[in-house]
Amino acid sequence: MAEIRAPVARPLSPHLQIYRPMLTMMMSIVHRITGFGLYFGMLLLAWWFIAAGGPNGYARFESFIGSWFGRLILFGYTWALIHHMLGGVRHLIWDTGHGLGPSEREWLVAANLIGSIVITVILWGIGLLAMGGTS
Amino acid sequence: MSGSSHIRTPLARVRGHGTAKSGTGHFWHQRLTAVANIPLTIAAVVILIMLLGRNQAAAAQILGSPAVAIIMLLFVASVTTHMRLGMAVIIEDYVHEETAKLALLMANTFFCLGVGLVSAFGILKLSFGL
Repeated sequence: MAEIRAPVARPLSPHLQIYRPMLTMMMSIVHRITGFGLYFGMLLLAWWFIAAGGPNGYARFESFIGSWFGRLILFGYTWALIHHMLGGVRHLIWDTGHGLGPSEREWLVAANLIGSIVITVILWGIGLLAMGGTS
Repeated sequence: MSGSSHIRTPLARVRGHGTAKSGTGHFWHQRLTAVANIPLTIAAVVILIMLLGRNQAAAAQILGSPAVAIIMLLFVASVTTHMRLGMAVIIEDYVHEETAKLALLMANTFFCLGVGLVSAFGILKLSFGL
């Protein structure tokens, strides 16, 4: 048996800080961050389902989600959800081996980013119309 | 160790079955729930917009109706599975201390099961009118 020696401090492989930021790389990071945010945002959905069981609980939920802070969270959540979903579609396309060419992958991430913003704005437009301005 | 130079474990060699055939489990379930999440998320967002501005009684009635409740239950099941897998990868990527990593992986499972079951309980309660 060889003697057990202390681990040698080997050089590590280069990480994020050494690369020039690129759109595909930034979008990969954003995909993870949105997933992380959506994870905790599911607490809001669980709260909504429980709150719908009675008028008092529902009033508490509505007063929170109707406040500027609640609205801000919900808006961010909407964008994160759409962005993560479109990003997921992009990854599923990549899983098939398509869309990995230099121009295709740039086009896909740009469509992902623009699409997420456009769809979020449209959804909030519909939502505010559905509220009938009675916010 | 037995001093063998084989990569396969002694147990695997004795069994003679190759790998445990479960190596792609995480990848597969991550993709499976990702695909399921697409139509379920679209449906959930449509339902959510339909419920905007309605009072509690109306919201409870719509959420508890069979089709909506079933869609929401499927949504919750698929999403909580997907987010457990995703968070496990994040933990494994950034937490290298073994005890903390295991504790966080456990907490991750508890959180996702908890959120899933509370949501399912809320939906079923509306559906069964308890």
